[in-house]
Amino acid sequence: MSGIQIQEKKTVTLGSIWRDKKSRGVILQIIAVIGILLFLGNIFSNTVENLDRLGVKVGFDFLDEPANYDINQTLIDYDSSDSHFKAGVVGLLNTLLVAACGIVVATIFGFTAGVLRLSNNFVLSRLMQVYVELTRNIPVLLQILLWHGIIIHSLPVPKKAEAFVEGVFLTNRGVFLPQPIPQEGFGWVWIALFLGIVIAIAFKRYANKIQIETGKLLPAIWVGVSVVIGLPLIVFLLLGTPVEISYPALKGFNFKGGFVVKPEFMALWFALSIYTGAFIAEIVRAGIQSVDHGQTEAAHALGIRPNFTMRLVVIPQAMRVIIPPLISQYLNLTKNSSLAIAIGYMDLVATIGGISLNQTGRALESMGIVLSVYLFISIVISLLMNIYNKRVALVSR
Amino acid sequence: MSTETKKYSIGMHPALPPPSGTVGPVRWMRDNLFSSTSNTLLTLIGLYLVYIIVPPFIEWAFIDSVIFGAESRKECLKIMGDDRGACWSFVYKRWGQFVYGFYPVEERWRVNVGFILAALTIAIVLIENLRAKKPLIIAALAFPIISFFLVTGGSFGLAEVPTNKWGGILLTLIVGFTGIFVSLPISIMLALSRISKLPIFSFFATIFIEFIRGVPLITLLFIASTLLSYFLPPGSNFDLLLRVLIMVTLFSAAYIAEVIRGGLAAIPTGQYEAADALGLSYWQSMRLIILPQALKISIPGIVGSFIGLFKDTTLVVIIGLLDPLGIGMAAISTTEWAGLSTELYVFIGLFFFIFCFSMSRYSLHLEKKLHTGHK
Repeated sequence: MSGIQIQEKKTVTLGSIWRDKKSRGVILQIIAVIGILLFLGNIFSNTVENLDRLGVKVGFDFLDEPANYDINQTLIDYDSSDSHFKAGVVGLLNTLLVAACGIVVATIFGFTAGVLRLSNNFVLSRLMQVYVELTRNIPVLLQILLWHGIIIHSLPVPKKAEAFVEGVFLTNRGVFLPQPIPQEGFGWVWIALFLGIVIAIAFKRYANKIQIETGKLLPAIWVGVSVVIGLPLIVFLLLGTPVEISYPALKGFNFKGGFVVKPEFMALWFALSIYTGAFIAEIVRAGIQSVDHGQTEAAHALGIRPNFTMRLVVIPQAMRVIIPPLISQYLNLTKNSSLAIAIGYMDLVATIGGISLNQTGRALESMGIVLSVYLFISIVISLLMNIYNKRVALVSR
Repeated sequence: MSTETKKYSIGMHPALPPPSGTVGPVRWMRDNLFSSTSNTLLTLIGLYLVYIIVPPFIEWAFIDSVIFGAESRKECLKIMGDDRGACWSFVYKRWGQFVYGFYPVEERWRVNVGFILAALTIAIVLIENLRAKKPLIIAALAFPIISFFLVTGGSFGLAEVPTNKWGGILLTLIVGFTGIFVSLPISIMLALSRISKLPIFSFFATIFIEFIRGVPLITLLFIASTLLSYFLPPGSNFDLLLRVLIMVTLFSAAYIAEVIRGGLAAIPTGQYEAADALGLSYWQSMRLIILPQALKISIPGIVGSFIGLFKDTTLVVIIGLLDPLGIGMAAISTTEWAGLSTELYVFIGLFFFIFCFSMSRYSLHLEKKLHTGHK
């Protein structure tokens, strides 16, 4: 409106521009851009000047230099003569490992606690409430340190450790497990496993089709499980068990051989799972409560048994409410795994952002790498979440 | 005919007590604890869990524990004899450090006054229906400023206490409360920018919020301790605590901005349109119509972020500030108290639990109280 008036009167004063919503918006944005650019430019020139004054070089060439430090848990081959870059990759893999393991266990804990919290059983629902309130209100760093302390102090030293089960030793240097080492021909077992999964999915689809057409229920789950487990097992036995098991054996002060789960990893895994599980429990509870009680009653009226009601009616509707905050809890868990540095688990922050940074003094570059990796992870996850949200969004009439 | 039952006219018979077993504790237990085999089993497992966790813990923490009269862990063990309980003596011995850090003993009264002022401020904010609101609000705004001058010193004839002497609960409270209160106005600005129709504003606000929320706090603290000095003009020497406070403030601003954005999104469009129809300018409509409603909805979420931030203050120990955890770790690394890590973590955990649990209860209460709308 006002734009038309200005054109009619042709008296464009500063005041009229300012009063016009559109032009004021443009002016404000230009000011904002200039302000932010000045701010960033100032930081940039400060940084350049500071780096110059301190004689610090900038560049990523340090990544090729040998790291000269050991990492106590490596998923890929690594020794101290490898480059900083490789150390960072080892750290990133450690971060992803503890995040993945933590997410699985936290989900199990969270769903169990969330469902039990709503159960009629007074003792259990109170117990779960205590679990949730206790762990949610204590800093996760403290919990990591506590679990680490418990593992280090209360488990026996390797020399005094007795086998928990045949070949399994719980010690303060970690949990030692027998490790199967695949021999020649083991690849066929993987192929069989893959085939089993494909067959199971195909059968599930077929069973769904039959159910829709005739209403007949085929035991898809049992068939699926037996195919996925059975097929590789048969191939495995036919090939004559191409696996050698390496048992941990005490040599000197520590165990040799077998597979070891380090105490740092266990403490971090435990603490993150328990902590995040409490948050997930609350999310699950809220999700289930968000499903109208009429749904449960309707299902009961149709003669659906209580556990089927939960599985087929309530949970699917609750999932729409549960999934978005659940994913952000997964992200939180991944970010919290950076507290690994407090107990010496060598994750991304402890390798590139910790020892490499201190050794080379390349603070800018190292922190830049760490930040971009975390940003990348969270951007990917939030993109996936947006796609999911669009798919499950309630289509209202 | 002596046993003849008394006759009542229809409908006049007094109510009989319900059959036994359908009311009272027995019925309740049957419904809630032993309704089915699996339920009974779960109850028993639950009770067993309580039995194996609670009594030993109480025995360890209270019955067999030692608080007074021990100068070292060895003496603790001597007093305890065969019963191995907790040795709380180091907490008792170093209580001053746990509360004040290395704040000079003769100046601690200043911190105490600051604590009292902070408590008064909180009381003013929390207690509803106070009379004479205005002077009290002015007092609530003034108290933090007075506390600031009191604790830092260097003016009004008070000796300056450098921030590297600050520690313990004092430090936790300073980081937590500064983080929340300074970040509030910033977060309102960020939330408004993010939903603004002006693309540049929403672009930069989104970038900032997503950046902060996408990275762990510990990396931001590392930036504060290692990188921030690069970004500042050469020669300027920023105190580590101040750098940490800046980072913590930005961190919580990003999180609270998202909470407020949720509150803004929950305001019906009609409210915006009504404000426009009244001819209110953008800032007027925000100040008078939108923000009061949006902030009201967001309060529980803001308290939630505050609890998160308060717990996260423990991370400062990783970059070398001495919060209660740092003080305690220093204590248990001495030869007298070595090996008392469990006691330390339980003690600090209790401290945080009391704070955070009461805040979360308060937030629940607020949520109920503020729920004035129809539902």
